[in-house]
Amino acid sequence: MQEVLKLLEQDARMAPAEIATRLGLEVDRVEAIIAQAEASGILLGYSALVNWAATDSAKVYAFIAVEAIPEHGKGFDAIAEHIALFDEVHSAYLMSGTSDLQVVVEGDDFRDIARFVAEKLAPIPGVKTTATSFVLKTYKIEGRCLQERKAGGRLAVTP
Amino acid sequence: MTSNCPKGFSISPLARDLPPSGIREFFDLVIGMEDVISLGVGEPDFATPWKICDAVVDSLRRGMTSYTSNHGLLELREAIAEDLLKRYGVSYDPATEIVITMGVSEGMDVAMRALLSPGDEVIVPEPCYVSYMPCVSMAGGAPVGVPTVIENDFRPQPQDIEAAIGPRTRGMVIGYPNNPTGAVMTRDELAALAQIARERDLFVVSDEIYAHLTYDGEHTCFPSLPGMQERTLLMNGFSKAYAMTGWRIGYACGPRSVIDAMVRIHAYTALSAPIGGQIGAIEALRNCEREMQDMMREYDQRRRMFIHGLNEIGLPCFEAKGAFYAFPSIAGTGLTSKQFSQALLFEEKVAAVPGTAFGACGEGHLRCTYATSMDNLKESLTRMKRFLDKLAAGEVAVPA
Repeated sequence: MQEVLKLLEQDARMAPAEIATRLGLEVDRVEAIIAQAEASGILLGYSALVNWAATDSAKVYAFIAVEAIPEHGKGFDAIAEHIALFDEVHSAYLMSGTSDLQVVVEGDDFRDIARFVAEKLAPIPGVKTTATSFVLKTYKIEGRCLQERKAGGRLAVTP
Repeated sequence: MTSNCPKGFSISPLARDLPPSGIREFFDLVIGMEDVISLGVGEPDFATPWKICDAVVDSLRRGMTSYTSNHGLLELREAIAEDLLKRYGVSYDPATEIVITMGVSEGMDVAMRALLSPGDEVIVPEPCYVSYMPCVSMAGGAPVGVPTVIENDFRPQPQDIEAAIGPRTRGMVIGYPNNPTGAVMTRDELAALAQIARERDLFVVSDEIYAHLTYDGEHTCFPSLPGMQERTLLMNGFSKAYAMTGWRIGYACGPRSVIDAMVRIHAYTALSAPIGGQIGAIEALRNCEREMQDMMREYDQRRRMFIHGLNEIGLPCFEAKGAFYAFPSIAGTGLTSKQFSQALLFEEKVAAVPGTAFGACGEGHLRCTYATSMDNLKESLTRMKRFLDKLAAGEVAVPA
């Protein structure tokens, strides 16, 4: 399953037939692996990797370090799940280090994010502090460099 | 003296008689053509892993721009010795049994000059890498080609090797996984060659530059066979596994006296391999296993897709289990390798090297590399299929 997942992570549009050829498996087997991964919540979805900065409708992202008060018997899970439910939240992680949660928020502009932090995130009971850092420029997303590095200058025929 | 030689110069008989590489001839045809998909490249399409480049950039900042020991940096030799011990259980003394060369190419030249006396014969299974035969010749030796055939998956047969051995035979040069065929040899098959080497008292030069590109099974390092370390010169390098072709770093490991002889020649001709490349090679061995495995996995996937594709379009191709080459048969078309390559290039702008560039027994085959993107491979299969259809319909002007 690992190899199939790696290929889909690399290219979510890769057809089962191509995955089968690349890995030396039967197509039926690949389809069964994908179905099982989908059913068990391993494959969560198939989304495109978009470089929004290259479009006219650039989005704004902010990394927000959240200091929170853990709940008895639940730790940080309840508050983290609460935060994660907002549509504005792109991703959310429990962290080691100085802050407890790292929340990545997506908005149309800076004010959008400021409003979300002031009106939604900070007032949540249990949220002690927030520290918002806006993304100014993106160099790499999900393992892919925006400035791609290719082997250049190869001769057309070599021994 | 040749008539077109500039005043005062004369070209040596050695250089004059050296046959031009079949690769060079084909390269001259391709150069200048646009939109060519090249399956003719014998090097990775990946850029060198960034960790390696970064380590070299750092070394430049620290002013590491000098010569190194003739043997090469001791730290690199130690890293190589550790790597060989870990992977194959072979043990070399980094101080005396390893020399860093400018790729296997220089290593092969130096090795032959260190080992051969005029007239000594060296067995070379063919098809093979283009430099083996000339290196033997340039050292005053006589290469003796032993053809291999597709029926045996291009693996040399012990009886054929035996039959080629004469009173002047001193050794053999083998290179598996193989360029151009992609053939690999199992441990048992190599053991049969080892037995011949032992019985006939031959040295073995084993070029294992594609060792990491072994699919479906483990690579057998020739000196790991019983009794073989003492009579083997192991050659390897960083070009293929770590996508470092332009850095020109290879190495040879062998008995102290042989390495000592090689270092004496290497010291006068190269002095040392470039320090930047050596520093990069240390980083490769210490920290780039993951990057290397990722590249290998990608080659393996392309290999499956491409060989399957060649067979589907009607170019029979044995399952190459190593390196990054497919060696399909074009014999069914009635064209020679050279005619097929040229016609394919002119008609569909796909460059694949005639099998004969690697020995006469490569006739009827093409060397196609899959060290190019999956998109290029798919497009080349489409073009090759179209070419075969046109050929069958008599719509191709076949070169003489």
